[in-house]
Amino acid sequence: MSEPRLSLFARMVLAWTAFFRTIFDAEFAASVRRIPLSLPQEAEEPQPVDEPADETRPRTTFEQVPVDAALILLGLLQRDGRFVDFLEEDVAAFSDAEVGAAARVVHEGCQRALREHFTLTCIREEEEGAQVTIEDGFDAGEIRLTGRVSGSAPFRGALQHRGWKVTEARLPQVAQGHEFRVLAPAEVEL
Amino acid sequence: MSDVSLSIGIDLGTTHTALATACVAPPEDRDPKSSAVDSAIRSAVDPSVDSSAASVSIFQVPQLVAPGEVEALSLLPSFLYVPHAQELRPVDTQLHRADTQLHRVDTQLHRADEDVAAEELRIAGVLARELGAKTPSRLVSSAKSWLCHSGVDRRAPLLPLDAPEDVRRVSPLDASVHYLRHIASAWSEAHPELPLSEQEVVITVPASFDPAARDLTADAARLAGLTKVTLLEEPQAALYSWLEQSQGAWRDQIQVGDVILVVDVGGGTTDLSLIAALENEGRLELHRVAVGDHILLGGDNMDLTLAHVVGAKVEQQRGRPLDPWQMRAVAHACRAAKESLLAQEEVESVPVVVPSRGSKLIGTSLRTELTWREVQDVILAGFFPPCEVSEKPHTRPRGALTQLGLPYAQDAAITRHLAAFLSRQVAAADSLRQTEQAESAAFLHPTAVLFNGGVFRSPVLRSRILEVLAGWVKQDGGAPPRVLEGADLEHAVARGAAYYGFVRRGGGVRIRGGTARAYYVGVERAMPAVPGMQPSIQALCVAPFGMEEGTTADAPEAEFGLVVGEPVHFRFFSSSVRREDASGTLLDWWSPDEVVELGEIAATLPVSGYRPGEVVPVRLRATATEVGTLRLEAIPQDSSGDMQDAWNVELEVRQQNYER
Repeated sequence: MSEPRLSLFARMVLAWTAFFRTIFDAEFAASVRRIPLSLPQEAEEPQPVDEPADETRPRTTFEQVPVDAALILLGLLQRDGRFVDFLEEDVAAFSDAEVGAAARVVHEGCQRALREHFTLTCIREEEEGAQVTIEDGFDAGEIRLTGRVSGSAPFRGALQHRGWKVTEARLPQVAQGHEFRVLAPAEVEL
Repeated sequence: MSDVSLSIGIDLGTTHTALATACVAPPEDRDPKSSAVDSAIRSAVDPSVDSSAASVSIFQVPQLVAPGEVEALSLLPSFLYVPHAQELRPVDTQLHRADTQLHRVDTQLHRADEDVAAEELRIAGVLARELGAKTPSRLVSSAKSWLCHSGVDRRAPLLPLDAPEDVRRVSPLDASVHYLRHIASAWSEAHPELPLSEQEVVITVPASFDPAARDLTADAARLAGLTKVTLLEEPQAALYSWLEQSQGAWRDQIQVGDVILVVDVGGGTTDLSLIAALENEGRLELHRVAVGDHILLGGDNMDLTLAHVVGAKVEQQRGRPLDPWQMRAVAHACRAAKESLLAQEEVESVPVVVPSRGSKLIGTSLRTELTWREVQDVILAGFFPPCEVSEKPHTRPRGALTQLGLPYAQDAAITRHLAAFLSRQVAAADSLRQTEQAESAAFLHPTAVLFNGGVFRSPVLRSRILEVLAGWVKQDGGAPPRVLEGADLEHAVARGAAYYGFVRRGGGVRIRGGTARAYYVGVERAMPAVPGMQPSIQALCVAPFGMEEGTTADAPEAEFGLVVGEPVHFRFFSSSVRREDASGTLLDWWSPDEVVELGEIAATLPVSGYRPGEVVPVRLRATATEVGTLRLEAIPQDSSGDMQDAWNVELEVRQQNYER
């Protein structure tokens, strides 16, 4: 339900075309039949009448992030970089040199896994600390304004973090019935 | 050239297999005015016009990377793992749906050939390599090196060599078939309308592969269901790839008279070739003029040697020996450390950490360093030492009882192998009068160098080879060779093979050369028998140097008597330097430098049409086939010379008695 609600006129046009396509287009008719007659629960909630912002602010439904993908990634980082082993240990008991030695294993392996499976770019190319101008219409998802946030665009400020963005993700395919929850099997050497 | 044409190249490497495609747009798309014929002619006249029109890309090969996880990667590691029946869940070993079907077809082929059980599961690629790191006794590696090992029966289930009794072993041939089949079914699944079995496929082999190993490679392709196969030498493929990637600019970098040295150091082999740029009727032509010996020496040997040095340090630190798993982990860590040290000279040392095997990582991992000094001592001094061009690779007599195993190079110095190759091939310049070789040259002067293989990602190693070459040439009064830049070191062979398919259809400049060796059979000298003395042997040339594909050579003077129904064995020799010997030339004497013995060959005349035991006089005929293999046939003298009367001579004879 991320699309804005249709006007009465638009709904009439839609009903008209849908009527004829249902009659003349067998495939279309079949897909009409697949539409569930009762809409999801939240869609049926009555709209507050006195909310004029309805047109501009689309309603959002929240989706559960797929757990399987997260488990696959954890498994990858564990396999290539012993990520879970490292985080599950109590570092307080060891010297910095010992933690550092282990961190090399984790860094090298996790870096490889990261680079193999994701293509990363910086969101801003400028040096960190440089003065930047944020023009009107910027994507608030990509750029976070902090500090004395007031006034109107363009905004001027110092770049604190260049940001990261994944431009390409290449996660493995898994067989049906794959056991995602096993991040590392127990090993028994015969 | 009426359709979009596709050509496919497969690099069937010792450590990695890769597939590349070259796609050529129909000529009408490029230039609507010219007809297909015009365009073909144009391309023949000026290949650079077309070479930019072939777009070459690497196919991403789906493979298991962990149980139940499939990823598509540009390289398929050439490893085969034979899991225990209870080792993996069945659901975790499925590659794709078509797999089961293909498997069934395969097994029939196999059963006829090697009687391999249908249920036998084998895994190729990353997962095979990873599982094999912890269970080496079930891992098949370097199958390709075994293909060229004439001391064993390459169709017999030998591998893994030290497998437990209950592991069903595979033959070196089977392993190659498996890699090709894996890549073929992956391709065919991704492109169901273009099954690989119906495509023209170019498969690469080391330039140093002997006729038997080439035959086996062609056979592996046939068993994998590929029907239109051509073989191409890897150094040539590397140069083709460079030509293709230069987008026609290669004409500015290569001039008539150039001699290009291709140094290809792969994971397991070192392959050397010389390719000359000559002029013929006003056009520049490339000729492959010489190839090196089969040298089992590569990047893996370097990593292993380094691992022993570092492993010894770790053992000293903790006063306990490393177990085999830790040793492999050291090798793995050393490879990464070596690459960062060899990337730039300024770094003094790189830490090497061997993680513990258990879940406790901190405090139990072994930490040491790999220093620049060690890399210099082990890699530069051990594998790339400065040497004189007159030096030869060191050899030591092999023990009388050689164990079954790969005949690794005895001298690790790649520079010495290079020196020996260039010195031995000095005469190649005579056949290339157009090249600017100094009159008094003691060895063949290359004017340009093309590097190939992951080892040469290191600028330090590239410049070491160039320094050494420049030093030799300077002593001889020549100019140092230059580098052909911009090669794709890891994928060049597959890319070049795909591009070659396009070149074969008239799309670009072609490297010519024919066979790079002359072949001989051993003939016993007619002389009185001396008790206790082996009868001395003469070598009869049956296939001269430089046979172009599709040509045949007869040795009419020499006749052999073959016993009908019984295999008759011949000793088989080759020479990479005797360019003048014509078919039928009889050598009384030769130096071990110029003629080397290959495995035995055998001819069997079927009983049909003859009486068993009858002795039939035959002569031998050699053909350089279109596929890229050598065919030797025995033709009965009384026949009219029809092809029906010719009997194939087996180039690869099953060795029955070897030490295990």
